[in-house]
Amino acid sequence: MTVQKAIDKFVEKTGAKVASYLDACVRCGLCAQACQYHEATGDPRHAPVMKFQPLQQAYQASKDPLSPLWRMIGRAPKKVTEEELSDWQDLIYDSCSMCGRCTLACPMGIDIASLVWVMREGMSEVGLVPPEITKMAHAARDTGSPIGVTAKKLRKILDDVEKKYDVKMHLDKPHAEVLLLDSSLDYEAYQPTLAAMAKILDRLGIDWSFSSKGYEASNLGLFSGEESIARTMVERITEAAEDMGAKTVLAPECGHGYGSIRWEAPNLLGRELPFEVLHIVEFLARMHKEGRLKLKPESRALTYHDPCKLGRRGGVFEEPREMMRDLVTDYREMKPGGVTNWCCGGGGGVVVIESARKLQLESFKIKMDQVEKTGAEGVVMSCAFCHMTFDKSSEHFKWDKKIEDMVQMVERQMID
Amino acid sequence: MGFVGFVEGPLFYIAAAIFALAAAWRVFGLIRMGRKPDISPPKGSATAGFIKGNLRHFLPRGMFARRTWIHIVGGYAFHLGLFVLFFFGAFHIDFIKQYLGISWTPLPRWGFILASEIAFAGLIVLWVRRFSDPVMRLISDRDDHIGTWLTFLVMLTGCLALQQSHEVLRGIHMLFVDIWLIYFPFSRLMHAFTFVLSRGHTGATYGRKGMNP
Ligand code: SF4
Ligand code: SF4
Repeated sequence: MTVQKAIDKFVEKTGAKVASYLDACVRCGLCAQACQYHEATGDPRHAPVMKFQPLQQAYQASKDPLSPLWRMIGRAPKKVTEEELSDWQDLIYDSCSMCGRCTLACPMGIDIASLVWVMREGMSEVGLVPPEITKMAHAARDTGSPIGVTAKKLRKILDDVEKKYDVKMHLDKPHAEVLLLDSSLDYEAYQPTLAAMAKILDRLGIDWSFSSKGYEASNLGLFSGEESIARTMVERITEAAEDMGAKTVLAPECGHGYGSIRWEAPNLLGRELPFEVLHIVEFLARMHKEGRLKLKPESRALTYHDPCKLGRRGGVFEEPREMMRDLVTDYREMKPGGVTNWCCGGGGGVVVIESARKLQLESFKIKMDQVEKTGAEGVVMSCAFCHMTFDKSSEHFKWDKKIEDMVQMVERQMID
Repeated sequence: MGFVGFVEGPLFYIAAAIFALAAAWRVFGLIRMGRKPDISPPKGSATAGFIKGNLRHFLPRGMFARRTWIHIVGGYAFHLGLFVLFFFGAFHIDFIKQYLGISWTPLPRWGFILASEIAFAGLIVLWVRRFSDPVMRLISDRDDHIGTWLTFLVMLTGCLALQQSHEVLRGIHMLFVDIWLIYFPFSRLMHAFTFVLSRGHTGATYGRKGMNP
């Protein structure tokens, strides 16, 4: 491994924003209490500030405005070593979901999640990405999906869903106004959610379709740190939408998939996109507001889990709440909630990393406690990755709270 | 030229020049690195976010109080105390008037002493925290301790010079001020300027997404 490649990447990706963060950190450690992995273990090594130390070292050695002076007087920080980088792998992947909560506690307002992303970019240059994430990211690049949902397989899945759930699954419909995306998790594991989206759109009279050119919303390149893969994934969707002439691209219940096409895609591709991007819940809330989507509330007490990539990293808070208030008679807010909500501990790819399993489960106890304290009978979410984390963790802890997808609830309760 | 004349004269000019030039070099160096414009369609204003982000982080969130209350009390005590000492101490106002020709109403003596005590208490709390808290112990390095100690010595010698009974005490205070000024731009003390950029970048990013965390 040539560690220099990682260092070069750190330096290349350090612009004014990253440099300001690295420069401003006063090592106060206040970020520690905001991080579920630190709180779950009490291990100071899991404090968010620890996660960007190699990046800061590389910055001070060669990009800091004062680095020429440090070098001249022989006081430049020592070069990051291969061993140090290897030691950091678990901090960068296993114990950071890039949830952004630590920023709320940092007096300098440092966006540590974005520093972890730069760290991941460097780590991926030298093959220090956990094998599970590499495998899935490369499969997505090579086959279109992290778990092998090729275009051919997609057709079969959609045919099966059509039959099983009695719904029309439009694929490659020319000139559809809305391009619908979904993640492989839904295509394979959460098909009722997939079917529910299709049913809702049809009942609302939306002209929509999937595209075999770009159907995968998840973007594992954004987990592994491989920007080229992240770009390829959004390029496929963009081209599919442009070919179709779609005015809107609907991201499914996938938090990072939404961020990928909504916030990252134009920057990754270096151009503005000729369509609007909405998360499915944003879209439903819009329909609801316009009076086109009416709901019959169920008499239940439920709470809502804000997926970090949709909420804190994506800016979508009010829309799911608007839906929740009309979906149930007793909506209960988690404390802390909204922008300060605790991560489920599985984001950023953590849930698929085998070596992170124990830590992820420990951190999930915070989430369980939060849900329990609401007294609600279940928890609703709008992200397949969160759902998978909740499912796996609930099974482990034999936790009996109901876990619901918002889209499925909407489909069940909408009034024609 | 005697010791006091030297530390208040040539050495002070040199220290002030190093402070100003190196601090400006560092801040402009950071800005000059540039940032690729974000071309995703915004939901809110980045400029408003820059400002809001800067203001928001002055007020810590109550939910993090378990860990932050000591820092908040210590941090605010130290920073506010120092601010008051520096800008409203009668001797500092005289000193500023001598160089810039402007002055304003100073604090009464008891106010100065109270502000110093608050600042001292705050600084000591923050320093003790550096080795009593496991996270801070792990992440603190020499720079953090030197910065704290230099600031402490500047304040301590300042208090000793308060009586104005011995000129040499004032000279010692000025010597530490000069050393502090020279050390400042090469250390983490620079956060006094860079916090604006750091908070601002985050505020702008979130502002575009229509929020202000
Ligand atoms: S982004 Fe989230 S997981 Fe990562 S260090 Fe910050 S709080 Fe912890
Ligand atoms: S809270 Fe912010 S300034 Fe303090 S150690 Fe963490 S990242 Fe650095």
